[in-house]
Amino acid sequence: MMDAGRHPNITLLTCSEVAEVSGYVGNFQVKVRQHPRYVNVDLCTGCGACTEACVLKKGVPNEFDAGLSRRKAVYVPMNGQGVPMKAVIDDQACLFLTRGKCTQACVEACPTQALVFDQPEQIHELDVGAIVVATGFEMFDPTRLSSYSYGKSPNIIDGLEFERLSSATGPTEGEILTAEGKKPERVAIIHCVGSRDENANRYCSRVCCMYALKHAHLVRDKTGAEVFEFYMDIRAFGKDYEEFYERVQQEGVYFVRGRGAEVLVLDGGQVQVRAENTNLGIPVAINVDMVVLATAMEAPRDTDAVASTLGISRSANGFFQEAHPKLRPFHTNTDGIFLAGSCQAPKDVPDTVAHASAAAAEALALLSRGEVVISPTIAVVDEQLCSSCKTCISLCPYSAISFVSEDTTGTAQVNEALCKGCGTCVAACPAGAITARHFSDLQILSEIEGLFALKV
Amino acid sequence: MSESFEPRIVGFLCNWCTYTAADSAGVSRMEQPPNVDVVRVMCSGRIDPVFILKAFAEGADGVIVSGCHPPGDCHYSNGNFKTFRRMPLLEMMLEQVGIDRGRFHWGWISGAEATKWAQLVRDFTAQVRALGPLDWKREIESKED
Repeated sequence: MMDAGRHPNITLLTCSEVAEVSGYVGNFQVKVRQHPRYVNVDLCTGCGACTEACVLKKGVPNEFDAGLSRRKAVYVPMNGQGVPMKAVIDDQACLFLTRGKCTQACVEACPTQALVFDQPEQIHELDVGAIVVATGFEMFDPTRLSSYSYGKSPNIIDGLEFERLSSATGPTEGEILTAEGKKPERVAIIHCVGSRDENANRYCSRVCCMYALKHAHLVRDKTGAEVFEFYMDIRAFGKDYEEFYERVQQEGVYFVRGRGAEVLVLDGGQVQVRAENTNLGIPVAINVDMVVLATAMEAPRDTDAVASTLGISRSANGFFQEAHPKLRPFHTNTDGIFLAGSCQAPKDVPDTVAHASAAAAEALALLSRGEVVISPTIAVVDEQLCSSCKTCISLCPYSAISFVSEDTTGTAQVNEALCKGCGTCVAACPAGAITARHFSDLQILSEIEGLFALKV
Repeated sequence: MSESFEPRIVGFLCNWCTYTAADSAGVSRMEQPPNVDVVRVMCSGRIDPVFILKAFAEGADGVIVSGCHPPGDCHYSNGNFKTFRRMPLLEMMLEQVGIDRGRFHWGWISGAEATKWAQLVRDFTAQVRALGPLDWKREIESKED
């Protein structure tokens, strides 16, 4: 990320969203709405003086620490490590921006006068040749499955919260502690929370097994606590992953084969995990100090809106649809738009890096060629025959047909770069003005005649 | 109806789903009668109802139209929906011109459903064989005279 921020050919637009995309491969027009950051990024040095001065006493939950710590209204994202390393003001939390009343100590504290409270929203209009979609994933919200009692005890946490607990830049500076601030003695890790589950997502979220094993290793290593892993199958699919699984087994982690069925908060505040040990065929109940739910990756909630803005489709599990599951895994069915990373399917880091590098390479190859090869199997309109009824325009799934009008009359026209040659418009044209190249009416009707010219 | 009657059936199949299934059924040597002649189109949405009438007029005893499963399987987003809307109308029209409902089949077979295709060919051929020859061509020609 740091390299991307520094690269002379890369412009970062933060706090931004793509509002509109038009055009086609090689000639996209993209409208980007940049929300105000309330900070002049050219002046801000990321020193953090404003954060220290911010008078918002209690602060708001810090999303980077998965809500385990609190932050001020003005802050440098990712606990001061964000790219670009510049401050931003949270306009939902800032007293001045929400109520108009504040001493604005941050403005006084800033050594470079970088804070701009009246920064307007900006619209950028960009002409681009290719688009790479890397919108990522969202963590499954375990409150959707009440049996895990998530939210009823601060010692029932999800995978991301554990990740922050064990991080050196996290709220406990890397110490794995219960909500009471003590070292846990027994920890349960439950696999497949929100995945391989008819009540949530049917798909395997792929990364959870390995991160749950890593969590088990970290707990053993840092606290020496007993660790119980409740799993259905361990899917150690990558290079050296099976070896890591064996290593974690040797570290003394207890593996209980059976889905964690229920998590109960007991009267004393202790947590109990119930499951069936399917190897022994008996139900088990284990009291622990901390439960880590290996939550699944999900498509972000606004995936639908992004899909319709870009004109790409989604697969049944919610992630973006690739053009071919094996041979074109980072292409979309819209030429010039590529997918990178877990917006296409759950992926771990090495897979994401490979997928994203491939998408970037494909986009660069497209741009450096300077021209696009299109299929000859497309539709063409005979302007002499077109009766301007516009039937075809609403039928085209790619919006490839436009109405070109000169004077009072006009005709439909097919954009050769957008047309995929499905022929729907050809079948519908009442005037017979559209021809599908290689699949023209004449060709197909002759084919039918040919079939019956031969007596069998 | 002679016992040796073998129906001639024309199948209009989309390139991405049913044509692939038919190809795979052949490659996998699934048992199916040789009565279906396939006309490949890129999308079932390309199938102009005229093609089906033309096939009957040329001497077909039955016609199959098959594409990708709705809603999401279509290679072209929603071409199959257009088929979905056109074919019921055509069915009504076929009845009006005296072509038995059992001579026309439209539906969905994905690229992975080769066995379903082979089964359809077996069942539909048996069905059309039982209905006997259509000979719509002669009927049309006799009216023209």
